Amino acid sequence: MQKFRFSRKSLGIPYALYLILFVVAPLLVLFYYAFTNGEGRFTVANLTGFFTDPNTMGTLLYSLAVAFVTTMVCLLLAYPTAYILATSKLRMKGVLVMVFVMPMWINFSLRITALKEVLNLLEGNLAMYPFLNAVVGMTYDFLPFMILPIYTTISKLDGSLREAAMDLGANEAQTFLKITLPLSVPGIISGVSMVFLPAMTNYVVLDMLYNSTYIMGSLIGSYFSAYDWHGGSMIALVLLAIICIFTLLMGGDSEENARGGALL
Amino acid sequence: MKKTVKIGYIALILLFIYIPILILAVYSFTDTANIGAKGHFSVKNYITLFTTEELLQMIIGTVLLAFGVAVLATILGTLGALGAFYSKKRISSAISVLNQVPVVNADVVTGFGICILLVVVFGVSKDTYIPLLVGQTTLCAPFVYLSVMPKIRQMDSSIYEAALDLGATPFTALWRVVIPQIVPGILSGFALAVTLSLDDYFIATYTKPATFDTISTYVVNATKGSQTSIKTALWALSTVIFVLVILFVLVMSLRSAKKEEG
Repeated sequence: MQKFRFSRKSLGIPYALYLILFVVAPLLVLFYYAFTNGEGRFTVANLTGFFTDPNTMGTLLYSLAVAFVTTMVCLLLAYPTAYILATSKLRMKGVLVMVFVMPMWINFSLRITALKEVLNLLEGNLAMYPFLNAVVGMTYDFLPFMILPIYTTISKLDGSLREAAMDLGANEAQTFLKITLPLSVPGIISGVSMVFLPAMTNYVVLDMLYNSTYIMGSLIGSYFSAYDWHGGSMIALVLLAIICIFTLLMGGDSEENARGGALL
Repeated sequence: MKKTVKIGYIALILLFIYIPILILAVYSFTDTANIGAKGHFSVKNYITLFTTEELLQMIIGTVLLAFGVAVLATILGTLGALGAFYSKKRISSAISVLNQVPVVNADVVTGFGICILLVVVFGVSKDTYIPLLVGQTTLCAPFVYLSVMPKIRQMDSSIYEAALDLGATPFTALWRVVIPQIVPGILSGFALAVTLSLDDYFIATYTKPATFDTISTYVVNATKGSQTSIKTALWALSTVIFVLVILFVLVMSLRSAKKEEG
């Protein structure tokens, strides 16, 4: 009998098994539940139901609208911030960047509580501006996730390209539009993908700001509360499909650890 | 752009980020429950926070959970990264694709999927904490993997071979040569796992025992309720966490400043 020999490859076995059990298997189970009914028979009713029910379609459109506006607002606020931070010649730049990241270590539910109190003070009645509150809340929650990847990309740009453009007679605006902006697109993409998807699903932000309109995440939440695993699984599949399309469109760099990179 | 415009812009964004937290911090030291109202200085929120059994249990539970999850995720993610790095191309790219799923997936979907698999299909009771631990570990381990992998790539592989040539067993060489070189990646992965677990709401809601609350799930439920003393005690909690974060950042910046000097 051959004696067991330690090999470095075998180190990966526990994690590979873990991934199969808890990443692949849940996806398969979601798929199974989405296409079966309570009696365990195959059905496409959940699928057709989703696309023919005006309520669920309305929810889909509303989440896309919230996510789109939030992403745009975050981008418009974050880009100048990241640009100014990355191009400044401050010695304490690192500390200043930390100041922008710090809020992310405070629990998001506590941060939204704080925001809610301020909005309450400004608006009087939160229920009056549901869409605005949703966008403000999501922006408040996700802004650092947009600032960081853009900051990192601009910081890494080769400064000599900008100098060359300037030497060849471009003014500051031209240099920005033709050199810095195009080269910072990867950072923008990674920021957009970190804001858009959470903005479609993080329904707690809406709940806490008294916006009772559903977004995609709220649908899963409500099916979960009603123990309707089949309906919930179908919503999860629709979300997965959107995530896949989005990742493909954005050409997601699979090794880019944007969410983690932003946190550390 | 003019320098004053730049500074003004940065200041505005910082105000947007910090004003809510700071207002809450100020009001946590008063006896009023309404932001904007006049109140008197009081530390009763802090007394409530540190003497209410329910709040203390929730805070301790959240921290213990985060460390438990981080230990599991760090072991799994580190082993996974090492294994994937030394495996054949096909296996290693399969692992890295699957690793990416929880990273890009919405947490709602990850949590709901784990809940259906373990609770509905396999009938595991949520009271065992197994679904919760597995759920959060599934979220965190991929981030450990991603922060360890670059360190393994940067490693000088000839040192490992030298250790083998000098008579070390593969296991000893791994433990005494490879692991020490990737410690920074393991540590930052661990810190990342702790942060993700502390901030998680969705996976916890779908997988936690009914009687157990993390800070996130507790706060979300508390804002729906009308118990004023608990509501304002959470302002105190927010302020305590804010101060801890500031202290942590200060210590880290002082350390890195010292490193640059020396």
